[in-house]
Amino acid sequence: MLVSLKTKKRLSICMTNCPTLIVMVGLPARGKTYISKKLTRYLNWIGVPTKEFNVGQYRRDLVKKYKSFEFFLPDNEEGLKIRKQCALAALNDVRQYLSEENGHVAVFDATNTTRERRETIYKFGEENGYKTFFVESVCVDPEVIAANIVQVKLGSPDYVDCSNDEATEDFMKRIECYKNSYETLDETLDKDLSYIKIMDVGRSYLVNRVMDHIQSRIVYYLMNIHVTPRSIYLCRHGESELNLKGRIGGDPGLSVRGKEFAKSLAQFINEQNIKDLKVWTSQMKRTIQTAEALGVPYEQWKVLNEIDAGVCEEMTYEEIQENYPLEFALRDQDKYRYRYPKGESYEDLVQRLEPVIMELERQENVLVICHQAVMRCLLAYFLDKPAEQLPYLKCPLHTVLKLTPVAYGCKVESIFLNVEAVNTHRDKPEVRIFFKSENLT
Amino acid sequence: MSCSNYHFLREHTYCNFPSQYNPLLLCMTNCPTLIVMVGLPARGKTYISKKLTRYLNWIGVPTKEFNVGQYRRDLVKKYKSFEFFLPDNEEGLKIRKQCALAALNDVRQYLSEENGHVAVFDATNTTRERRETIYKFGEENGYKTFFVESVCVDPEVIAANIVQVKLGSPDYVDCSNDEATEDFMKRIECYKNSYETLDETLDKDLSYIKIMDVGRSYLVNRVMDHIQSRIVYYLMNIHVTPRSIYLCRHGESELNLKGRIGGDPGLSVRGKEFAKSLAQFINEQNIKDLKVWTSQMKRTIQTAEALGVPYEQWKVLNEIDAGVCEEMTYEEIQENYPLEFALRDQDKYRYRYPKGESYEDLVQRLEPVIMELERQENVLVICHQAVMRCLLAYFLDKPAEQLPYLKCPLHTVLKLTPVAYGCKVESIFLNVEAVNTHRDKPEVRIFFKSENLT
Repeated sequence: MLVSLKTKKRLSICMTNCPTLIVMVGLPARGKTYISKKLTRYLNWIGVPTKEFNVGQYRRDLVKKYKSFEFFLPDNEEGLKIRKQCALAALNDVRQYLSEENGHVAVFDATNTTRERRETIYKFGEENGYKTFFVESVCVDPEVIAANIVQVKLGSPDYVDCSNDEATEDFMKRIECYKNSYETLDETLDKDLSYIKIMDVGRSYLVNRVMDHIQSRIVYYLMNIHVTPRSIYLCRHGESELNLKGRIGGDPGLSVRGKEFAKSLAQFINEQNIKDLKVWTSQMKRTIQTAEALGVPYEQWKVLNEIDAGVCEEMTYEEIQENYPLEFALRDQDKYRYRYPKGESYEDLVQRLEPVIMELERQENVLVICHQAVMRCLLAYFLDKPAEQLPYLKCPLHTVLKLTPVAYGCKVESIFLNVEAVNTHRDKPEVRIFFKSENLT
Repeated sequence: MSCSNYHFLREHTYCNFPSQYNPLLLCMTNCPTLIVMVGLPARGKTYISKKLTRYLNWIGVPTKEFNVGQYRRDLVKKYKSFEFFLPDNEEGLKIRKQCALAALNDVRQYLSEENGHVAVFDATNTTRERRETIYKFGEENGYKTFFVESVCVDPEVIAANIVQVKLGSPDYVDCSNDEATEDFMKRIECYKNSYETLDETLDKDLSYIKIMDVGRSYLVNRVMDHIQSRIVYYLMNIHVTPRSIYLCRHGESELNLKGRIGGDPGLSVRGKEFAKSLAQFINEQNIKDLKVWTSQMKRTIQTAEALGVPYEQWKVLNEIDAGVCEEMTYEEIQENYPLEFALRDQDKYRYRYPKGESYEDLVQRLEPVIMELERQENVLVICHQAVMRCLLAYFLDKPAEQLPYLKCPLHTVLKLTPVAYGCKVESIFLNVEAVNTHRDKPEVRIFFKSENLT
């Protein structure tokens, strides 16, 4: 029974003999924080404990009120002192996270535009036994920069009392403060560092000295993400015959209401008028039948199949509780890591869904017709939900979630397509389980 | 399960052979891809071409490489000297161009007529003019073109390449090593003056990866689609550091003894003996920094435990899931699922056990293992019969039809060492007897008449 919970994390062992310090590099409004947050979200989702440390946030906590770009002038002694103090405070928190709190990756998000500053950080990494990997974003396209400013700077706490024009003007001057001293990562001067230089929002990349597995995965991820506006639609198959009977798993077809939902989905998709929509399903009948109603080409992914409930397949929860009381209790104790005997855990699901996430990052408009546990995993990735919450995310039947990336996160619209269905959701039970040795059968 | 007519058989077959909906194929190959190698001689172009072709075929993307040097050897029966490659040798230039065009014609046939998805055009392609000709060829035929350039100035690396793959070339079959090396160095010089490397500015609209110093750094430009992204990821993970990969199965299990497939049994007495022999063997091999990987099934874990070294467990190394046939003997399967049994023998690679997996599924879930094996150096993988067949097929470039019949007997370690363009295999039986779990492809042909379908 212990075997059910024991999942030795292969990923953690083979990539984290020592922690990794990722250091962002770039002028303001080049997407450093966007990349930091996204990368952090991805690494945490695949099971690598990661945290980002935004030096600008430390500055906002210390200097309560932002006045103007003059704070960032290169000859502003007071400003320089405070900024250095913030960087050191952030590095100190990095050290605590990686060396004392079992963090595996820390993302140090600041401009880090001088070679001197980067050397300080690199030495810090060496002293503490961290591998340092630089991520630089280089962009000269004024349209991109203007768009970034609109997306994430105008709404910043720094500019809460300014008009948009005032904020933009000030921010452009802020960027100027950095430009003179900016030393981009250089193929010759920095040839011994490990880094990726992202140019023009991903048109090209320069990658130098990738040292290990986690750096290789980070590079692959960064090379696949894009910022083209698009939406991802997630929904489950229509209600199935086994749903109606309160049974889990299996490979049933759609119920009458499920077929109605499929028609409603087709209508909804038509009305949305989505450009170049890709449709993905699993290889189970109920998602395929749902997609068939759309009358458009779709791709079947085996890895989108529902979680394998092993010996509990096609049982009701009551039957599971009756036949496998211990398993049932263990699952409620740690629903994320619990693996059905001869089946899978949510943790296993995340690992097999990783290629789906990678391809979703590459794609633009996609509709994914999947299953409850699968949808919970995908949703947790987009909404940055931690492992403890993931298995309890609400993904009701006959409801489409439309996810649209905005600023540093994701906007969610929930659209119930007005066809009734059973509720298949189980909240985390309140009951506490006490184990006495005679109860263990 | 009952099927009473051909219609059901088609539907049933669709569920068991879903590869026509392979998302990898669908979503990356709206148009074929033409990969164009670029670089001076002895920069690893053919090494990369062959390895990439092997990888893409293994993951299910039909790929073929076209080596222009081979076309030249077929046309000009006897290689004389480097002078053939002098830039002012009119006759030589004419022949070389003819060979390039012949190769491109075969590329066109493969991609446009033979359902190939990727063609790797392996030649120096060192001038912008030549690359433009090829790019136009790609455009005219509706191919996406992706350039792979290998740049290397380290004389030690180049010398090592010459030793590995040039001295044994048919071009130099009658020469001493010194003569061959001297001629080849002059051959490289013939290209150097006209060499135009891919340029960040001049070639900014092309899709390419520039590999520098055998993978120390990479410049990647305009990756257009999924397959190019996968190719870049693969190329960035391979290395040429000498190492060996050891593949073996778990020790004989209790279910092996009973002739039953699958399950999660422990080791038999002989299986435990094998584990000890394996420990001894590994010790004697004195392998530097050996990593040990197992699946998450008892029998591989128990085998690794005997080694007394740290090991990592991969769920994706678990044996193929036989679904409803788990823990049955082959006789029981034939008795209870006669149709399934016959279908499996018809197409053992694509056949998926009901509620289980196919070899094709196995390859897809093993891809991260292959990627990590490429990154690593010395590794021992303790796995299972079907899993080992898939991994072996990758290293030995065995096609899908042969993969499920590769011989991977119990208690036998296969030591794979990359050499030249391929892989040397040493098979070491560790002298502990075990049952034979291998089934060859049966000779019997199955005829389906509608009344036989029960």
